[in-house]
Amino acid sequence: MIKNPRGILAIYKFEMARFKRTVWTSLIMPVITTALYFVVFGSAIGSRMSEVSGVEYGAFIVPGLMMLTMFTESISNASFGIYMPKWTGTIYELLSAPISALETVIAYVGAAATKSIIIALIILLTANLFVDVQIAHPVLMALFLVLFAFTFCLFGFIIGIWAKSFEQLQVIPMLVVYPLTFLGGAFYSLDMLPPAWRTVTYFNPVAYLISGFRWTFFGTSDIAVTISIGAVLLFLTACLGTVFWVFRTGYRLKT
Amino acid sequence: MSIVINVTGLEKTYAGGFCALKGVDLAVRKGEIFALLGPNGAGKTTLISIICGIVTPSAGTVTVAGFDHITDYRAARNAIGLVPQELHTDAFESVLSTVRFSRGLFGKAPDEPFIEKLLRDLSLWEKRKANIMELSGGMKRRVMIAKALSHEPDILFLDEPSAGVDVELRRDMWAMVRGLRERGVTIVLTTHYIEEAEEMADRVGVISNGEVIVVDETSALMKKLGRKTLTLTLSGAIDALPSELAQWPLTLQGDGFEIAYEFDANAEDTGVPRLLKRLDELGLGFKDLRTDQSSLEDIFVGLVSDRGAS
Repeated sequence: MIKNPRGILAIYKFEMARFKRTVWTSLIMPVITTALYFVVFGSAIGSRMSEVSGVEYGAFIVPGLMMLTMFTESISNASFGIYMPKWTGTIYELLSAPISALETVIAYVGAAATKSIIIALIILLTANLFVDVQIAHPVLMALFLVLFAFTFCLFGFIIGIWAKSFEQLQVIPMLVVYPLTFLGGAFYSLDMLPPAWRTVTYFNPVAYLISGFRWTFFGTSDIAVTISIGAVLLFLTACLGTVFWVFRTGYRLKT
Repeated sequence: MSIVINVTGLEKTYAGGFCALKGVDLAVRKGEIFALLGPNGAGKTTLISIICGIVTPSAGTVTVAGFDHITDYRAARNAIGLVPQELHTDAFESVLSTVRFSRGLFGKAPDEPFIEKLLRDLSLWEKRKANIMELSGGMKRRVMIAKALSHEPDILFLDEPSAGVDVELRRDMWAMVRGLRERGVTIVLTTHYIEEAEEMADRVGVISNGEVIVVDETSALMKKLGRKTLTLTLSGAIDALPSELAQWPLTLQGDGFEIAYEFDANAEDTGVPRLLKRLDELGLGFKDLRTDQSSLEDIFVGLVSDRGAS
């Protein structure tokens, strides 16, 4: 299946070099946002709140914050990575190269996912400066992290292929991802909602992801962890299916 | 001579309904320089793009070095280097890293001595660390050629290589193309600079409205379709051509001092002796005459309009 590993490596290195050029903004941004969230949610609001689900509020928001940032960063990096060659026209080289669809996806999504994982870990480290974050299931947490990063980057890759303008590139993260993540319990437990709103939240796919991720930290969750894993795999499968349809039909890549 | 690219019944209709190629058959021989000539919108770029895998054909088959360009795309594409018409480059990459990237993308192991020689041959070595966006248009064109040659292809496609290129670079580029051919590389180019196709190409294919009208040796095409123009400089200016000369398709030019007559050099009866005799009878004196071989461009214009008329 993989016949051009050098091609994969070339794209991967190209993408990582692109991140390196913006290394300071990429690395400092998550540190600053994390610090801001802790000042606002952790100290200002959190000090008036008791524990949530038996966890100190400051620690409680860490998984949600990691996921929110990973989600937006993944989409922005992966979509930009494939949108730029389309926009500048350098996509001609990719399309005329002896590289398969699978190899192309591995390279682009792999590079974007690497960056997302690095950013998530930086947030975790920064959060540890403010609160003591315990991880109940470190291996499962790492597994979730990797799964999330690849799934979100695949999703971003699809957006990058679909987008015809820079505006469209921004629209999904702003209008879909942010609201769904915020309303999916990134900063609160679903138990805190009135029953009607709790029911509505069960229709939000992101709620399942956040809940599962939080479980790996604290061992408690709103939704059963098996359902969460199922939701992640479902999302991943849907993204993979879409990507292969894109390459088979050449949708918005080839005329 | 063996065939390196074989195109049969190639058709392309774009999503908008525009039919860019209407059943193209074409065979490019190994080691030749083949020029595709045609006006804008004739289908040259579409044809090249299909062979290279950028555009999906609606019908027909393409083999490159014996490999089908879709089912055996890796082998087919390994043989090809493409220099597109537009200057598509990554702004923030250095020259060296973008050329290395291209070589890696095509699955070749790094080969620094080869890359250095390639960049030196294209006068890019001094600029190897520069960001591409700092380079002039001509330099960017060289970078694109270096990228296309980075994986040592057997076939090089040059889409409108002379567009927006200065005289010096054009000369360098043609010297490089000749050098590549000596090493056995097959070259397919499209160009509007017909003098260059005439000078460079071993064979020429004329394409118009999505069809290949004629393919022939450049010299044979010239001979077969060679038209000449006879220009007579008159002793004195005239206001209009005398009606007695209506049987010849003449044009009056140069403020009435010149009569031009275009004729088929290979025809049994060129009409020239009778024209000169008639001018003498009419008392129209001329002090000079010259004949010019018509250029490939004229031939091409003739071909296209002939097809349009028939």
